[in-house]
Amino acid sequence: MAQIAEELPTPLVSASHWADLSVRVRRGAEYIVIPLLALAISALLFSLLLLALGKSPAEFFALVERGGFGTAFSIQNTLQRSSPLILTALCVALPARIGLVIIGGEGALVLGGFASAVVAIPLVLGKAPPLLTLCIMASIGMIVGAIWIGIVGYLRYARGVNETISSLLMTYIGIAIMNFFVEGSLRDLTNPNKPSTMPIGDAYMVGNIPGTEVHWGLVAGIVLAVVLYVLLSRTTFGFAVRVAGGNPRAALAQGLPVGKLIVICCAIAGACAGLAGFFEVAAIQGRANASLAAGYGYTGILVAFLARHNPLAVVPVAILFGGIVASGGLIERRMDLPDATVLVLQGLTFVVLLMSETLYGRFKIFQVRGTADRT
Amino acid sequence: MTESAFATVLIALIGGALRVSTPFMFVALGECLTEKSGRVNLGLEGTLVLGAMTGYAISYNSGSPWLGVLAAGCAGSVLGAMHGYICKLPRVNDIAVGIAMMLFGTGVAFFFGKPYIQPSAPQLGAISLGAWTGNKEIQAALQINPLLIIGIIVGLLMAWAFANTKWGLIVRMTGDSAPSARAMGVSVDLVRFLCTTAGGFLAGIGGAFLSLYYPGAWSQGLSSGQGLMAVALVIFARWSPVRCIVAALLFGAAGAIGPALQSVGITQGYYFFNAAPYILTLLIMIASAGSKHAARDVPGELSITK
Repeated sequence: MAQIAEELPTPLVSASHWADLSVRVRRGAEYIVIPLLALAISALLFSLLLLALGKSPAEFFALVERGGFGTAFSIQNTLQRSSPLILTALCVALPARIGLVIIGGEGALVLGGFASAVVAIPLVLGKAPPLLTLCIMASIGMIVGAIWIGIVGYLRYARGVNETISSLLMTYIGIAIMNFFVEGSLRDLTNPNKPSTMPIGDAYMVGNIPGTEVHWGLVAGIVLAVVLYVLLSRTTFGFAVRVAGGNPRAALAQGLPVGKLIVICCAIAGACAGLAGFFEVAAIQGRANASLAAGYGYTGILVAFLARHNPLAVVPVAILFGGIVASGGLIERRMDLPDATVLVLQGLTFVVLLMSETLYGRFKIFQVRGTADRT
Repeated sequence: MTESAFATVLIALIGGALRVSTPFMFVALGECLTEKSGRVNLGLEGTLVLGAMTGYAISYNSGSPWLGVLAAGCAGSVLGAMHGYICKLPRVNDIAVGIAMMLFGTGVAFFFGKPYIQPSAPQLGAISLGAWTGNKEIQAALQINPLLIIGIIVGLLMAWAFANTKWGLIVRMTGDSAPSARAMGVSVDLVRFLCTTAGGFLAGIGGAFLSLYYPGAWSQGLSSGQGLMAVALVIFARWSPVRCIVAALLFGAAGAIGPALQSVGITQGYYFFNAAPYILTLLIMIASAGSKHAARDVPGELSITK
């Protein structure tokens, strides 16, 4: 019993500004150190796997470094690939803050990209101004993505349909819808190789950031990440979302419109993934076809979890994984490993990361007296 | 559509239901067992793919498809055991772990399965039940794999065991109320660990069916969400092994719509009909979520319906 008396919070009223800062730093450090530890452990386990196969882990990580971050070219390639990852990770992170695990970003990306490619066809044929065309394409991509994930949120709230399963089912349905049109009525018959929609043409493509080979999607991703961070942490809406995510009953008791918040969160999330699809079409592919479903949506899930669903942290984590994805081809060629190597590394990291959840609050160094009620 | 074409489609649907339903059945029974113990394993999609790869590889290397089936089950139970162990740790979310295991299992299967995409492995045989009819189409539709029969037997056995044995009672009690299980001196973590492992074993066998019977070859696009649909199917079947069998047959029929219509020359909308199982799953989830029956039958400890 004496223990309890000792554990009572020390009054922080007298605490100076500096003490307050140290508390915040210590609490924040836990959220950085533990994920980094998880990354290190999964790298170690992966090295053991490579050793068991007679491959050199040192060579692997050297190739990741070279293929992802070593040269100016590879850094630009990495940034190029991290832009859809930022956007699809935001698609997971935002609903996660209201307590939903949505893993259907891939579907919203594919359909958003497809819709923007389709809406571009009459505009390109009618020789509309490129900037206007791109704005319309981006809006349509975002709207379609928003509707797609918004449906998942609505079903969750209105019918109690499990959002994780329904969002993944919606992904399969979305890819089927795209294939139906791309191999059917909207197929560009002048292209015999791969079923695709009509190309939008070079004049209508999104350009690169001046002085680089990186398209504007990266800027859009970073801006959106910052906007969503501010939205979540500095606005009434964000506060309501976090309350509803922490305790839906308390939120309802406070009169918060939980259903509306869920649908809005899902819609914003879907819009992010739809925008990723737009950039894949308008900056990389130039048309919609099956290569839109390249797995960015699934890697985005891992990025969001590693970033602990913090929109700002999503950006560096996405760049890290963009580098790993970008170096995949090099690793495949140099080390004679299957292309699924990156997938194994991702899966392993994900599993270890979730295991590390159990470590929070276990290390004394991060625990500050009187602040045991972490949120 | 003429009458004979209609008959062709109908027979193809029944044949498809008997052929396609087996992996659904095994995964659904595995998930049913896991969920009865109060835990959700969303990673069975990865288990299915890994089982398919392992079964094919072992069958190719040993020449015995049944050894492949066994190996697939063992590979599945390893993944199940991983899931069961990780979820035992405090503050670890079983749904998120399931997603991670889905990625991990698929990745491992693709990684080690690369050399087996080309060679053809010995396949499982079929039992012909159509000898009584002279109709070739019906005979083809009634080619049944022994695994289908095993699946039905396992399902019936599970239903019996849940209702009539001490073990069944322990599993149901753990799933409905962990505190009462603890009060009875039952180790909740151990029961759930064993149930998830056994569930993984069944899902692995379902995967072996995919690569060793129908479609009958290992490739990276072998499973497209069957494992996940099976999880939804358990909700539809309201956690009853017998209803899992019926639901699996229904899903098999839905999955056969596309190929069946193609066999009579209707290729328009092929992709839409191929998406039929996903749409059916979603509609069923919408219809069954929030129903009073489901609310009554759901294991109390389950996080998926909360």
